[in-house]
Amino acid sequence: MAYVVPRPNLTWKEKIYLPSIVAGMAITFKHLKRMIKGETHVVMQYPEEKWDKSMPDHYRGAPTLVTDEHGRERCVACQLCEFICPPRAITIKPEEIPADNKFAKVEKRPKEFEIDMIRCIYCGLCEEVCPEQAIFLRKDYAITGITRAEMVHDKAKLYELGGVFTGLVNKWNPKK
Amino acid sequence: MSTETAAPAVPMVNVQIDGVWLQFPKGTRVIEACGQAQKFIPRYCYHPKLSSPGNCRMCMVEMGMPKMTPDRKPVLGADGKPEIAWIPRPQISCAQDVAEGMGIRTGSPMVEEARKGVLEFLLINHPLDCPICDQAGECRLQEFSVEFGQGESRFLDEKVKKPKNVELGPRITLDAERCILCTRCIRFMKEVANDDVLGIVERGSFNSIACHPDRILDNNYSLNTVDICPVGALTSNDFRFKMRVWFLKETKTIDVNCGTGANIIIGSRENTIYRITPRENNDVNGVWLPDSHRLNFKYVADERRLTKPTVKGQPVDWRTATAIAAEILKAHTAEQLWLVASGRQTNEELFLTSRLIDALEIEKQHDILPRTGEADGLLIAADRNPNTTGAKLIGLCTSKPGSRLKKLVEGVRSGAIKTVITLGEDLTKCGLTADDLKKLDAIIALDILPNQTTPHATVLLPASAWVEKRGSMINVKGRLQRLNRAVAAPGEAHDDWEILRDLIAAVSGSNGLAVIEDVFKAMAADHSEFAGLSLSKIGDLGLPVVTEKTPEPEPAAAN
Repeated sequence: MAYVVPRPNLTWKEKIYLPSIVAGMAITFKHLKRMIKGETHVVMQYPEEKWDKSMPDHYRGAPTLVTDEHGRERCVACQLCEFICPPRAITIKPEEIPADNKFAKVEKRPKEFEIDMIRCIYCGLCEEVCPEQAIFLRKDYAITGITRAEMVHDKAKLYELGGVFTGLVNKWNPKK
Repeated sequence: MSTETAAPAVPMVNVQIDGVWLQFPKGTRVIEACGQAQKFIPRYCYHPKLSSPGNCRMCMVEMGMPKMTPDRKPVLGADGKPEIAWIPRPQISCAQDVAEGMGIRTGSPMVEEARKGVLEFLLINHPLDCPICDQAGECRLQEFSVEFGQGESRFLDEKVKKPKNVELGPRITLDAERCILCTRCIRFMKEVANDDVLGIVERGSFNSIACHPDRILDNNYSLNTVDICPVGALTSNDFRFKMRVWFLKETKTIDVNCGTGANIIIGSRENTIYRITPRENNDVNGVWLPDSHRLNFKYVADERRLTKPTVKGQPVDWRTATAIAAEILKAHTAEQLWLVASGRQTNEELFLTSRLIDALEIEKQHDILPRTGEADGLLIAADRNPNTTGAKLIGLCTSKPGSRLKKLVEGVRSGAIKTVITLGEDLTKCGLTADDLKKLDAIIALDILPNQTTPHATVLLPASAWVEKRGSMINVKGRLQRLNRAVAAPGEAHDDWEILRDLIAAVSGSNGLAVIEDVFKAMAADHSEFAGLSLSKIGDLGLPVVTEKTPEPEPAAAN
């Protein structure tokens, strides 16, 4: 349907543009002055210089899997992250935990857990949807590789990146 | 619905549901009446095919009967309708039939309060392990908690511990903590499967489903208990932890393991089948399915599947394979040819087979291989071919399927028959031996998996399995039903009807059939039973097309 965009009614000040040009130039000269005085860093010499230390807590890097302080893999292969993942980067194959395993009570774990980092868009929905606090976006951002296969993070790689996460809710621990 | 037989006169009763007066036939359950009035009542223990014990208390509604004057006349309100005296406490709607002048409220504050209370009690000992539970996504406890529950638990005590991961039988695992004791499984085994092995043991909050100590739950209908379990207490060992249900693409089709043609849903994801569940069709299988049929789908994904046409063992392209097959057929007289069709073919394939027979001018030198077993009196028919009725109708076999196979064996042994075409059947099961097969000039075989015949086949054409094709079949009761494609055929395997069409075209010229709907149309022109129908008109539930009862085939004479 056709829709007419109403034109804004400009005042005479706005019509002659000059005040805006002056204001813009003032900002430009302010920055020029700061540059000359050495107050502004424009370029960071990556990779010699990195901003890892000043990265905010909420930074969303590569998704990883974590284990807890009991050494249990948190993931129970519920496949909610696979379901929510917008670019379908996650592929999970579940399996039953064998009865002789220390964590047999949990019953289910991923047999294979793959995240295709070429597809991943770092949106963090997997972390948000996880009911088990098992997947976290950590601060790794330089995910590179020279083959497509190398860019698929398998279960071992994901646990290696994720490491141990303490202080999580332990709902599966045996109660008295 | 047949219009010839007048429906028996059932008196109608007036019922008020949420303020609207409606009429229902006498004998309708209140819960069903509310459902028909588009007011869904949540339920756990109630199942339309089982008795109503009324133990879950989830279906409670507010109920009332007409106010009566001292001389038992209903008091009429200003609108001329009876005034209702509401019962001051909620009533269950699953074990109560509608009555004249009855009033029902399905969403009043009292009803909502009752549902919240019931759900809170059900969740007291429920483990809330939805992330690992196979039922998650199709769990009534999840659904009703969201829709009718109260969002959070006030329960502070320790939850009761019950047996988990209990093998009830070879195909079923029980998690007693998830169980809400609706007893649907117990009633199913007792009332439908006639194998009363389940029951409730222990007392109070330790109540738990258990199998009879000397028995296991190994009935051939045991997996139906998993279907009707409203929560994840009973899970199928075959499907357990394989795939979450929300990923499954559901394809409505029919079972082909016997002549019953039970209606099923195939759950598949990305070309892999994960499970088969029954689909409601009260004219065929109700809502049940035998375990033996439901689990018989693994061979479809077998890695030995034939994926490329071969001539004398060498892979060739389709065009070459068809051309060589046609050359072989044209090089023989009709008397030297024999065609073994199959009761597992769809009507469309059988019809094209009959066209091929006509094109080759074969007379009476064709039959299907009968398969029989024992009928179990419930859903498994003695005829294990799903489409014997269709084969008879289209004329691929006589009224006694397999009766001509003797002549095939005689003919091959005497040397009169030089070439055999087999459409999905193993010739060694038709009475021929491997030595007989070596004597033949040529064998043209169409199949999905290697068998005793395929190593001898001159031309071997890879076909599609029943989950990979569209088509129709007629069950033992004469009901025309539809197959649908759930997954794609592997490799270069083609649809059977396309292979047959190309073979006919190579033998006798093009026939103008481009899509399977054309085949059905051509078939409808030749056979009056299909007149006026098409694949889409058959519908999901099928249509009766053959009315006279087809006698069960006699057990195969030739091994």
